[in-house]
Amino acid sequence: MRNKRLNESNSSSQNKDKSKGMTKKKAKNFYGTLIRLLTYLKPRKIRLIIVGLLAILSTVFSIVSPKIMGNVTTKIYEGFMMKIRGVADAQIDFNYVFNVLGLLALLYFISFAFSYIMQYMMADIAQKTVYDMRRDVSQKLERLPLSYYDTHKHGEILSRITNDMDNISTTLQQSITQLITAVITLFGVLVIMLTISPMMTLIASITLPISIILTPIITKRSQKYFKNQQKKLGELNSHVEEMYTGHKVVKIFRYEKQSVEKFDAINKELYEVGWKAQFMSGLIMPLMNFVNKFGYVIVSVGGGLFVTKRAITIGEVQALIQYSRQLSQPILQTASIANIIQSTIASAERVFEVLDELEEISDPSPSKTIEKPRGDIVFNHVTFGYKEDAVLINDMSIHIESGQTVAIVGPTGAGKTTLMNLLMRFYDVNKGSITVDGVNIKDFKRGDLRSMFGMVLQDTWLFKGSIRDNIAYGSSNATDEEVFEAAQGAFADHFIRTLPDGYDTIINEEADNISQGQKQLITIARAILANPAILILDEATSSIDTRTELYIQKAMANLMKGRTSFVIAHRLSTIKDADVILVMNDGNIIEQGNHETLMTKNSFYSSLYNSQFVGNTIQKEVV
Amino acid sequence: MIKLLKYLKPYTGLVIAVVVLMFIQAMTELYLPAIMSDIIDIGVASGDTNFIFKMGGIMLIIAGVGTICAIVGCYLSSKVGMSFSRDLRHKVFTKVENFSLNEFDQKGTSSLITRTTNDITQVQNVLITILKMLLRAPLMVIGGIIMAVAQDIKLSLAIIIVLVVFLTFIVFIAKKSVKLYDTMQKKLDKLNLVLRERLTGIRVIRAFNTMKFEKTRFNKANLDLTDTAIKVNKLMAILLPLLIFIMNLTIIIVFWIGAIRINEGALLVGDLMAFIQYTMGIMYALTSIIMMFALIPRASASAKRVKEVIDMQPNIMDPEQPIRLINKKGQVEFKDVSFIYQGAEKPALRHISFSAKPGEVTAIIGGTGSGKSTLVNLIPRFYDVVSGSVLIDGIDVRQMRQEDIRESIGLVPQKAVLFSGTVAENIVFGYKKATKEEMMHAAEIAQASEFISSMKKGYNAIISQGGTNISGGQKQRLSIARALIRKPSIYIFDDSFSALDFRTDAKLRQALQKEILDSTVIIVAQRVTSVMGADRIIVLDNGEMAGIGTHKELLSSCEVYREIVSSQLSEEGIA
Repeated sequence: MRNKRLNESNSSSQNKDKSKGMTKKKAKNFYGTLIRLLTYLKPRKIRLIIVGLLAILSTVFSIVSPKIMGNVTTKIYEGFMMKIRGVADAQIDFNYVFNVLGLLALLYFISFAFSYIMQYMMADIAQKTVYDMRRDVSQKLERLPLSYYDTHKHGEILSRITNDMDNISTTLQQSITQLITAVITLFGVLVIMLTISPMMTLIASITLPISIILTPIITKRSQKYFKNQQKKLGELNSHVEEMYTGHKVVKIFRYEKQSVEKFDAINKELYEVGWKAQFMSGLIMPLMNFVNKFGYVIVSVGGGLFVTKRAITIGEVQALIQYSRQLSQPILQTASIANIIQSTIASAERVFEVLDELEEISDPSPSKTIEKPRGDIVFNHVTFGYKEDAVLINDMSIHIESGQTVAIVGPTGAGKTTLMNLLMRFYDVNKGSITVDGVNIKDFKRGDLRSMFGMVLQDTWLFKGSIRDNIAYGSSNATDEEVFEAAQGAFADHFIRTLPDGYDTIINEEADNISQGQKQLITIARAILANPAILILDEATSSIDTRTELYIQKAMANLMKGRTSFVIAHRLSTIKDADVILVMNDGNIIEQGNHETLMTKNSFYSSLYNSQFVGNTIQKEVV
Repeated sequence: MIKLLKYLKPYTGLVIAVVVLMFIQAMTELYLPAIMSDIIDIGVASGDTNFIFKMGGIMLIIAGVGTICAIVGCYLSSKVGMSFSRDLRHKVFTKVENFSLNEFDQKGTSSLITRTTNDITQVQNVLITILKMLLRAPLMVIGGIIMAVAQDIKLSLAIIIVLVVFLTFIVFIAKKSVKLYDTMQKKLDKLNLVLRERLTGIRVIRAFNTMKFEKTRFNKANLDLTDTAIKVNKLMAILLPLLIFIMNLTIIIVFWIGAIRINEGALLVGDLMAFIQYTMGIMYALTSIIMMFALIPRASASAKRVKEVIDMQPNIMDPEQPIRLINKKGQVEFKDVSFIYQGAEKPALRHISFSAKPGEVTAIIGGTGSGKSTLVNLIPRFYDVVSGSVLIDGIDVRQMRQEDIRESIGLVPQKAVLFSGTVAENIVFGYKKATKEEMMHAAEIAQASEFISSMKKGYNAIISQGGTNISGGQKQRLSIARALIRKPSIYIFDDSFSALDFRTDAKLRQALQKEILDSTVIIVAQRVTSVMGADRIIVLDNGEMAGIGTHKELLSSCEVYREIVSSQLSEEGIA
């Protein structure tokens, strides 16, 4: 049950996560996480340094070009002026122009080549780093205890491995080199401008403080609106989600109008904050552009004046114009990169959180093994609760001999998974012990312990792949014959062979190309093939047609022969024939014994039995 | 994407205003170099400082005008973009609310949710980006060419040639990268699938000790994704540097030709400088298109999915001249009803005829796929019959308004659905007429009052989305109370007691009995024990009626019924 509920919330939480992922969450430990993220880059240290060098070189080559180009302009201008003044044979020095333009072309090419190689290398570095991280998380997931899976939403875990990783990958790919380039450009341009004319540099950099002050003010504002927008969007999404999932109920109770009214109200609010957010974030462009233009005008006018005073050349004015243009760009970039890095670190932190989760206690070594398990199980004063303060099983002692059947009865959702969790050591008991054939289950390797068990649950789990692979799941060296045999034992062989591709039929993502009952038959075949000593079975309550249900019963009976079985029972015959009945309610095991002993007492079991199986008289009156 | 743009129609004026403003802004941007060239060619050449200052002033004014245009344009495009998405959301949501279950079956609930939420947001964001930035590129190109041609035709020719080369290059890369981004998305989905299966199947994986197998699967998907991601990024790695390189080469060419033109006396130096700035302006604008490459494939897929919803026509409509029931009794009659799901091979129901009368209990039993739920879904006209007819109080449901039909039905679905809000809101759920007493009475009968009063805030306790903070049995009881409060003339219980424990079940049935005395009650059930006492049991098998009668009658006459009974009860239980 626990498991199923998680599955259902899966899709919805994924949606929510998506919207959540967009609002920037602040990292709790910025530097710690940053350093940790950097350790992932460590194996690629040398290549990273090369990338850094390339970034610097490529930037340097691209920022010297305007100055050189300015020289050409000056040369042309000089030639031109001489011509105007009527100097005989005055010509533009084409030789010079050609040579310098050639040099420029070369510089541009080098800059291009460097930045290409840099990006190319970065693609490798970034993607492989993220590959490593994903691999680590995947390995971690193997070692996490079941309690982690039961207490965390699947959508959330998924989002950390995909969305957050995606975020990290994009940042590594683009932002690191962008940051280097931006910083180098800023300082490089300033230095070159200084070599041209310190005075002009001073004039041109008047705009700098304006951008430095303006940028964060606007970004902060727009972030505030974006946060509100995200909130409203979340509200809207959850309303949509609810109304669509409850569509049938909405229709039968004629709730459509009210639903649309509510939707429109939220939608209107979303519009109000939304356009403000968009406007605010869009404002930065024209404003920075104006600051830029302002700088441009200053340089043009100032440059013009300086040229008339022969303090600088015309080509230098041109170069300065181009440089001043490049001046504010890096500031804007750095501001946005700073934001990106913030959110990336937050993403990385979420990933590291998974990596830091407490792991299962490692397997004992040396561990014990049983050659031929008989399936003799003892619960020895077992006390257990998922939380320390909520004890579900209190001092339970019971001896189940090899080959016996244990029926677990009780209302649905009474906690049938608890027993399975303890037997297979998905959870550890708080007090007492469980032994199999006299060996404490804590002395086995988990894998060895679990290989003694087989389970068939109502919550059938099949993966996308062929039926053959699904049956042989866990018995990878089974031959085809063995698979067929197992399917025959599970009464599944016939229906499988009627499918167009037989055993090679691919079960699709939603596993809806075969029926629920057929799925269960496949999981029974899987258990038969695995040939375990102990079984955990779930009797069908619903959603299976009568014929298939008969097959399932027969198949289960086949399976239970000679094995110790725990059956979550719904059928009277199963319960009455069971050697031990465990009565559960609200997660607790409240009574135990066989049918006769339980019936003699005035027990929960007897009233349950009377109302469900014998007490038809009551129901006849009622219905 | 383009087809969705018709929802921009109410804002045509605003969009035109945005375009005009942007064009003015682009022109001011391009006009600045022209003035600067005057400073050089006239002011500097003649040493006229006043002229230089005057021109500087004019430049500032022009830049100011441009900025104001840009800000107003940004304001308008934000409003247009958000209005567009607001209207689209409204349109899609109202549309979906009017869908019958048919359309939900076709598209799937989760898909409809994504279409209404994420997909529209995706389209909205791209539209705003287009309005704010992308629109600038063609305007800059047009403006730039106009300015260039005005200054020197021959030199402009050079620019136009390079532009053409440049654009073909962009188109080529766009095609290739869009495809790669697409593949990458697919690989990402695959990785997601593997992971999701691992999370949902964690118990099975551990029980069967197949961690290694899962690891290999994950590694394969991980490697596959990484490979594609590297490929995409390597392609993109050459793109931006190459564009900048081409741009720079263009400038060199302009320079070279310009120098020749100057030498010929056809061009002034300031003009050349202006020229270079036009070229850069145009190229920068074009470069900004590149960032759309990653956006557009996603957005156009989203737009397509949204469009599909808008184009879907619900296939159940109210009749033009509906018949209204005046005296509702609640008699339900099926006359030779057959039904087939869209796209299904076999009919889900065949030749069903029966009549359920007020004051009686009609039970329907049969395995999954036998058509029980389908049958009850026909009563509130969630689907339309293919042949035959469903009548309520003698009137075909297709001749009534859906609202009127549903007003007389209280349905408790198989899976209890609750909504976020208080307990009281969930019981009342749109039935505004209800008094507080009626609400509490309904809860009382549904055996819910006890657990409600044990909650901290009682009827004002908050139910979380999907009702995850209360148990399955509690959900079902609230869902029953919701049907009871309306006192409908027809009750449909679609396997609605499954999550109740046996004691509560018995108590509930007892309390119900008095409450629903005069109503028509239809119960769908899986288990014989819950139908044995009904006035009439309908046995469904593969969509056909295998029998109808009381428990006793069926035991002697109906083979399928006997089979069901014997599979569920031991010999003594049957008697």
